[in-house]
Amino acid sequence: MSPWLPILMAVPVVGAIVVALLPKGSDKLAKQVTLLVSLVVLVLTGVMAAGFDPDGDRFQFTAAYNWIPSFGVKFGVGVDGVALVLIALSAVLVPIVVLASWHDADGVKTADGTLITPKRSVKTYFSLLLVLETMMIGVFAATDIFLFYVFFEAMLIPMYFMIGSYGGAQRSYAAVKFLLYSLFGGLLMLVAVIGLYVVAGKSTFMFPELVGAIQDPTTQKWLFGGFFIAFAIKAPLWPVHTWLPDAAAQAPAGAAVLLVGVLDKVGTFGMLRFCLELFPDAAKAFTMPIVVLAVISIIYGAIVAIGQTDMKRLIAYTSISHFGFIVLGVFAMSSTASAGAALYMVNHGFATGALFLAAGFLIARRGSPFISDYGGVQRVAPVLAGFFLVAGLAGLSLPGLSSFVSEFMVMIGTYESQAHGSGALTVAAVISAIAVILAAVYILWMVQRTINGPTAEPVKAFKDLNVREIVVLAPLVALIIGFGFFPKPLLDVINPSVHQTLTNVQVPVSTIAEKGTGQ
Amino acid sequence: MTTHYLVLSGLLFAIGAMGVLIRRNAIVVFMCVELMLNACNLAFVTFSRQVGNLEGQIIAFFVMVVAAAEVVVGLAIIVTIFRTRRSASVDDANLLKY
Amino acid sequence: MESEIAQITQHTGGVIGNAWLMIAFPLVGAFILLVFNKLTDRWGHLLGVAMSLASFVVAVLAFFELIGFGASERRRAVELYEFIPNLDLKMGLLIDPLSISFALLITGVGSLIHIYSIGYMAHDEHRRRFFAYLNLFVSAMLLLVLADNYVGLFIGWEGVGLASYLLIGFWQFKPSAAVAAKKAFVVNRVGDFGLLVGMFVIWTTFGTLAFKDLYGKIGEAGASDGVMLAIGLLLLLGACGKSAQLPLQSWLLDAMEGPTPVSALIHAATMVTAGVYLVVRSGAFFFPEGSGAALAVTIVGAATLLAGAIIGCAKDDIKKGLAGSTMSQIGYMMLGAGLGPAGYAFAIGHLITHGFFKADLFLGAGSVMHGMNDEVNMRKYGGLRKFMPITFVTFFIGYLAIIGFPLLSGYFTKDGIIETAVHHAPVLGWLAVLGAGITGFYMSRMVFMTFFGQKRWADDAHPHESPAVMTVPLMVLSLGALGLGAWLVLGGTLYDFLIPSVGGSAAEAPKFNPFTTPGLVTLALVAVGAVFAWMRYGRAEVPAVQPRGSFLTTFARRDLYGDAINESLFMRPGQWLTRLAVFFDNRGIDGLVNGLAAGIGGSSGRLRRIQTGFARTYALSIFIGAALLTGALLLVGTI
Repeated sequence: MSPWLPILMAVPVVGAIVVALLPKGSDKLAKQVTLLVSLVVLVLTGVMAAGFDPDGDRFQFTAAYNWIPSFGVKFGVGVDGVALVLIALSAVLVPIVVLASWHDADGVKTADGTLITPKRSVKTYFSLLLVLETMMIGVFAATDIFLFYVFFEAMLIPMYFMIGSYGGAQRSYAAVKFLLYSLFGGLLMLVAVIGLYVVAGKSTFMFPELVGAIQDPTTQKWLFGGFFIAFAIKAPLWPVHTWLPDAAAQAPAGAAVLLVGVLDKVGTFGMLRFCLELFPDAAKAFTMPIVVLAVISIIYGAIVAIGQTDMKRLIAYTSISHFGFIVLGVFAMSSTASAGAALYMVNHGFATGALFLAAGFLIARRGSPFISDYGGVQRVAPVLAGFFLVAGLAGLSLPGLSSFVSEFMVMIGTYESQAHGSGALTVAAVISAIAVILAAVYILWMVQRTINGPTAEPVKAFKDLNVREIVVLAPLVALIIGFGFFPKPLLDVINPSVHQTLTNVQVPVSTIAEKGTGQ
Repeated sequence: MTTHYLVLSGLLFAIGAMGVLIRRNAIVVFMCVELMLNACNLAFVTFSRQVGNLEGQIIAFFVMVVAAAEVVVGLAIIVTIFRTRRSASVDDANLLKY
Repeated sequence: MESEIAQITQHTGGVIGNAWLMIAFPLVGAFILLVFNKLTDRWGHLLGVAMSLASFVVAVLAFFELIGFGASERRRAVELYEFIPNLDLKMGLLIDPLSISFALLITGVGSLIHIYSIGYMAHDEHRRRFFAYLNLFVSAMLLLVLADNYVGLFIGWEGVGLASYLLIGFWQFKPSAAVAAKKAFVVNRVGDFGLLVGMFVIWTTFGTLAFKDLYGKIGEAGASDGVMLAIGLLLLLGACGKSAQLPLQSWLLDAMEGPTPVSALIHAATMVTAGVYLVVRSGAFFFPEGSGAALAVTIVGAATLLAGAIIGCAKDDIKKGLAGSTMSQIGYMMLGAGLGPAGYAFAIGHLITHGFFKADLFLGAGSVMHGMNDEVNMRKYGGLRKFMPITFVTFFIGYLAIIGFPLLSGYFTKDGIIETAVHHAPVLGWLAVLGAGITGFYMSRMVFMTFFGQKRWADDAHPHESPAVMTVPLMVLSLGALGLGAWLVLGGTLYDFLIPSVGGSAAEAPKFNPFTTPGLVTLALVAVGAVFAWMRYGRAEVPAVQPRGSFLTTFARRDLYGDAINESLFMRPGQWLTRLAVFFDNRGIDGLVNGLAAGIGGSSGRLRRIQTGFARTYALSIFIGAALLTGALLLVGTI
């Protein structure tokens, strides 16, 4: 019984209550308290992560308390390598988002003074943010599947309000769409969770005890379907992706970062842990259709992204393409690809986070998300333009930046995967590599129309980034470059748990020694 | 032996129901509802007698208490509606729709 | 011949052990200049030059340390750190004759161009940023050539692509520059696709991406010929993108939107030769002499050398003319690189001498533009030799070198390639001879239009010689253009030096012999070309406005319709596809979702009409419901 994870989950929610109870008119204090709390969580996460032993047990820092004894539901938490890096990702992103959203609820004005979004409750926004942080940590830390389900659904609530109350003009449409989509998937998953409980007949929801509990292939397929659809909606995978562009475009930039950067990762995380390990036979049976969907997502997302006129929608579509890569990696049944997918989850959080935030800073200055309203930002705000470009380059997986390593691992792992004969996944890898070209088109075309070219008249009044905004973006860029050249620390944590997953799926974990024999 | 009571109860219930459906005046509708409740009471007491235990009579008391409470709230609502709209017709109070 | 390739020795300590400093110096320079921003405005350019020079010093010291070893020990691997454990990939450097030759060229010519840029960019308010990008480029290019594995090479490969993107778009406020930058990056990415997939195949087949492990595994893995050919062609696609070879040539001409020093350094001397480096570096594995892949390399090279030369003939823009000639000269290198060890030495030799004389020509063109208010149209030059004597002399030396005037640099290396090509692949070899003749024509045309003939200047032009900070690098480069070729080729110096890296054997070293048929024919054709150019552009009046040309001229002016083909084959259909996809997404998928929502909303809107507001209607429905329920229960006999 380690108190680490319960403490990590308790700190933000206590902070949220404190922020909510602050007296009226203490907006600034609310922001400061939120920042402080999120930094405390970051430090605690860092200290906890330092104590993680990659070669030790799979789940560490475990704790389990009885919750609903009559059904064997426990408040069971614990982290493996993948969960740990995702919790760390959340802990890093939250303080950055807090700083980035500093004025989002104050009523955003453009450079010439027109109000884009009216003033709304600052305290509510920041306490929602902290509640969300608890949920994000909880969903990755849960080892009890029922608890996981509860967090999976409960996460929707704060995000629903952050989009619905603090978003752009079409916020309620986007928020409802987001909620309905996710609820639909969540309910299917609930059915599958109950089915799993009943069929396994072990009177427990604890994940480690349920691995291997379902042997019948048909049952596996049905339960797999329930989980997979929920995760595919969350991830989002083509063709159930259309909620994301709306939600991300309408959400305030900070909320969009958490939505795309962390919440959506629950989908791919769930696929890796639950779909693969609980239902290995079904996962293998469905590999090919899922790989096809993933490849469609990759190419389709990229092509649709090229045609977008709204920056935030464009970034959302690039994410659909990137999530295609992650799903491809998860289901490629090769240790390199799966480790790459897990790494991609983290790297994508940094890269897309930086891109959303930089785009958010642009939009805050101009009051319009439309690409055609910009042009020549480089001349008036070179620092902003520079950060935007670097974030964009991370989005197109430029080698030397972190997303490249993961994308490369996913593609090369898929290429070498022998699942379904040697040909099928090889073709999938080659097709997905076309996205490398498309990514250059969508990012650089956007850069060309916003940053480059003659300076548009309304852009001339732009101020360059202030210190707060630089402090927001600089750590992300540092992480992107740092992990681009030194991905080993992350991989060392991820690899053992990915290997464990694949061993449970009975995929031979290819060791380097076996390579080089040729085919 | 108890058949007559049950027939009476049924008749009273039917009269009450028809009143609720046909009459427009809220007071009369209200009284018809009371009639239906009392028809039920009669049936409860009759069955209590027939079966030979007291549970039916206990329920009858519950019904009376509920009916009394309902009168208090219901009449107050009707009086308020009459005050604001100068009409006690239930068809006029049709704003709560769609 | 493969056996002549030396084993790679692990190395620690010394200058070579710290060769990463070569990459680190300019990287630190770029970092400081970009992060400290305006604080470094006053001295930023000096820092940039210092970092580049520091790199050069390390390269020179490493070179001397390397030649201290015996020939068979001249391949030194330095391990830096573990990169991707899943791919058993360690980041490391490979210091061998091939990579050190490149490193010397990059840092040497790079430093000269850095110095030149101090003067050239003196009046640009963003000079600091320019030097930051140049430093970034040098760093990435060194990583490209020094990395001991394909992934490291690829990181450098894309790094130089990024630097090229940033520098082509340096004057990004011009829409044409912004578009050209994007085009360069995207076209390069098409090539990168090939390189990327090539790496997949290499990894899957051989289980390693490190050069030193590949040597051992190529033979024993027993990969099929098809796989080997596929790898070769995929790598060639990558090389075509970076080196502007057909069919991915179209970006290079547009890339001339960048400042002239950029064109000299990146789009002439170093970056565009990365494709040649890739082919030569992989030559021993994937382009063995006589293989299909090597044949493809030679065909691409020969086709491009002709295409570039033809384009060069028709351009009035001095930089675009030089760009065409760059394509053409890299075509020669490619041709050489496909001919096995005998060709490698000449290809690399030509690459080095070309680095000097082409940088010399580009910087000379820059010097002319500097004195002519940034005019690039040669029809508005004329008679400039009297006003810019130093520029003229240095440019003229570069010109003589590129057309292969006897005893100058280009003569030795280009003639070497032609001789080897005629020997190994006669058809392509004679095409290369023809290309040399065309080179003689278009380069002479350029010199005559610029420096000879009548003045055709704009009224406000005041041609003047450039400052010493620009002319001194020109002089140094023209010295290289004068003598480097003889030093490298005569006596087989470069050939012997490169044997440990690329194979070949000292016994088979090609002897330089100028008195062969192809050599003499080449000289004759070049002379014909030059004389023809003299008649058209030297002696005769050059029209100030471009005359309507024949079909062939238009063909060349429009870059052999490369852009038109790209546009009608890829861009237009691509735009349609994009629009279709967006439409499908909004109306198809999202339409389905919204339609479902609207359907439910609509039917509930109709259903709610049942709620009429009449309490008695509700009562009736309750009674009917109760009656039905009672009836149903009676029917099934429950009551």
